[in-house]
Amino acid sequence: MKILVPTKRVPDTDQKITATADGSGVASDHLPFVVNPFDAIALEEGVRIVEKLGDDSEVIAVGIGEADYVHQLRTALAMGATRAICVECDQPLDPWNVARLLKEIVLREQPDLVLMGKQAVDDDANQTGQFLAALLDWPQATFASRIELLAGEIRVDRETDHGIETLRLPLPAVVTTDLRLNEPRYASMAGIMKAKKKPLDVIPVAELGIALEPRVEVLRYHSSETVRRGERLRSVDELVERLRQDVGAQA
Amino acid sequence: MRIVVVAEHDGTAVRGASLSALAFAQSVAAAAGGDVTWLVLGHQVDSVAQDAARFAPVLVVDSPALENPIAEPFARVISTVVKERGFELVAAASSTFAKDIVPRAAAQLGGAMASDVVRHELVDGRLQLDTPRYAGAVTATVVLQGSPQIVTVRGSAYAAAQPSGETHGVERLELDSAVFNCRGSYEGLKSKQNARPDVTEARVVVSGGRAFKNAEDFEQHVGGLADALGGAAGSSRALVDAGIAPNELQVGQTGKIIAPEVYIALGISGAVQHLAGMKNSRTIVAVNSDPEAPIFDVADYGLVGDVYKITPELIEKLESHAVGLSR
Ligand SMILES: Cc1cc2nc3c(=O)[nH]c(=O)nc-3n(C[C@@H](O)[C@H](O)[C@H](O)COP(=O)(O)OP(=O)(O)OC[C@H]3O[C@@H](n4cnc5c(N)ncnc54)[C@H](O)[C@@H]3O)c2cc1C
Ligand SMILES: Cc1cc2nc3c(=O)[nH]c(=O)nc-3n(C[C@H](O)[C@H](O)[C@H](O)COP(=O)(O)OP(=O)(O)OC[C@H]3O[C@@H](n4cnc5c(N)ncnc54)[C@H](O)[C@@H]3O)c2cc1C
Repeated sequence: MKILVPTKRVPDTDQKITATADGSGVASDHLPFVVNPFDAIALEEGVRIVEKLGDDSEVIAVGIGEADYVHQLRTALAMGATRAICVECDQPLDPWNVARLLKEIVLREQPDLVLMGKQAVDDDANQTGQFLAALLDWPQATFASRIELLAGEIRVDRETDHGIETLRLPLPAVVTTDLRLNEPRYASMAGIMKAKKKPLDVIPVAELGIALEPRVEVLRYHSSETVRRGERLRSVDELVERLRQDVGAQA
Repeated sequence: MRIVVVAEHDGTAVRGASLSALAFAQSVAAAAGGDVTWLVLGHQVDSVAQDAARFAPVLVVDSPALENPIAEPFARVISTVVKERGFELVAAASSTFAKDIVPRAAAQLGGAMASDVVRHELVDGRLQLDTPRYAGAVTATVVLQGSPQIVTVRGSAYAAAQPSGETHGVERLELDSAVFNCRGSYEGLKSKQNARPDVTEARVVVSGGRAFKNAEDFEQHVGGLADALGGAAGSSRALVDAGIAPNELQVGQTGKIIAPEVYIALGISGAVQHLAGMKNSRTIVAVNSDPEAPIFDVADYGLVGDVYKITPELIEKLESHAVGLSR
């Protein structure tokens, strides 16, 4: 079984994120970068499937972006990916172009399953997996909280607004991961040492023969701030009073 | 601009979040010129179509293949109808239903998509869309290139459209059977039956965090206060992960993003991922035993103390004061 895991490098969003003063981007120089948490979950799931199968199955981590991406791909290898591919691209990408480039990688690698995050925690688009499934004309299951491997098929529990939905899909398919699928492991020292010897191919984006077609033009960024009253109350009676005056009046 | 809004429904009526997407579409049509049509998909959805027709003209695709929401046929139906009818803008609510299906349709239509739109403006004939990034810490103003444009609209950012006062036409579409092809199969939905409104639809939301030790306490305090205020119960991820609250209740970056009139956070610390889901609420109340908890930074009213003591007292006093916040 061959599993492809697209992984995005994102700023650690536990940090305070603000727009740059001129609105041209996000002030990210001081921010540590990590593997998108949802992609870490996808990697973990892929590695668990391969460990369970115990054959020559592989998990291939893919990243598209600037040369720095290799750091996060090394992390993916240390977490257990078999090998990694870095598509080097210094131009801005939107989900449409990420999906088009990923499609080329899928056509080259012919995986049985693409496992990826449901959303990247920086741009929060929640599009790329569905785009990729459509471009490949593969079935999809988004927001997976459980994946069961059957013969030539998978059964996926999906987290929806109305509860857990179960789908069965033939392979190959695209599955996007939700938070409760698993708890990703930390890369162990042994994993980090092993990762140094694992293959990491760097492919210049031009080699994929895809002309980028921008679909999303960002005009500007601004930081979101709301001003709050911040009043500290001393008793439940005061709170009841506020709810009655302030809120009951609006009802 | 010719606009179509994908109607999400419960089998009988259009869901509230879709009425917000309709409001977005009507506002764009008012500024840019054009018209707005519903697209209702499902099986045996006559009553949904009738409900939708109170607001705008309706196109219906009714087929047994659309009985359950599976992305493959739904996306193909949407992209086929959009191409056949020449729609230039496709809008839907930011729900898990639309987030699954609409991007797939968008890729079949050229990939010009913005997720979770919270504001829009027509500038020199171009539709500028504000979309939150980084869990809402930053907002990006974007313009989509190519046609059609596809957007999901955050329900909390647009007040629901109102019935127009007349009954609009309903047109049933017949599509080629290949459009309904589906390789997956639907095996069911497990949901906890919830007597309370959904967090995305309530005017008051009471959420509980890790302060609550078990499901009984959560139900008694968070559920009890929600009932006293006629509102919905929500939770932080901590309780969902602990199995104390069902996942449909999770508020936050990766749960539901809401902006009710009143949001009451009981024993929630205020992690950025949680704030991303509720910080645009009109009034925020926080109860927490830690006076330094970050939730107080975004609260209008803060009360320091033990939720196990404060909540029962609050419920009792609200009931005796009859604070009317009912739906
Ligand atoms: C200099 C710069 C300029 C940019 N300009 C724009 C712009 O003009 N417009 C715009 O929309 N965005 C821009 N971006 C952000 C863009 O690169 C996003 O990666 C892209 O929009 C995808 O959105 P998302 O990550 O939210 O996708 P989502 O759909 O939320 O991502 C889902 C999943 O897709 C996969 N994925 C996403 N991106 C990658 C990747 N690069 N490599 C591997 N897997 C990936 C991951 O598995 C991820 O979990 C810019 C970024 C940079 C660094
Ligand atoms: C990628 C990612 C996505 C995430 N998405 C979400 C999301 O969508 N939604 C979300 O909520 N979280 C999300 N999280 C998790 C988030 O980071 C926090 O871990 C979580 O919100 C904490 O929940 P909490 O506030 O209930 O718990 P804690 O942070 O443990 O806070 C509990 C609070 O209760 C107070 N307390 C304890 N006992 C009492 C008492 N008896 N009376 C009064 N107060 C008391 C404490 O002082 C503390 O402030 C995400 C995390 C990641 C990494």
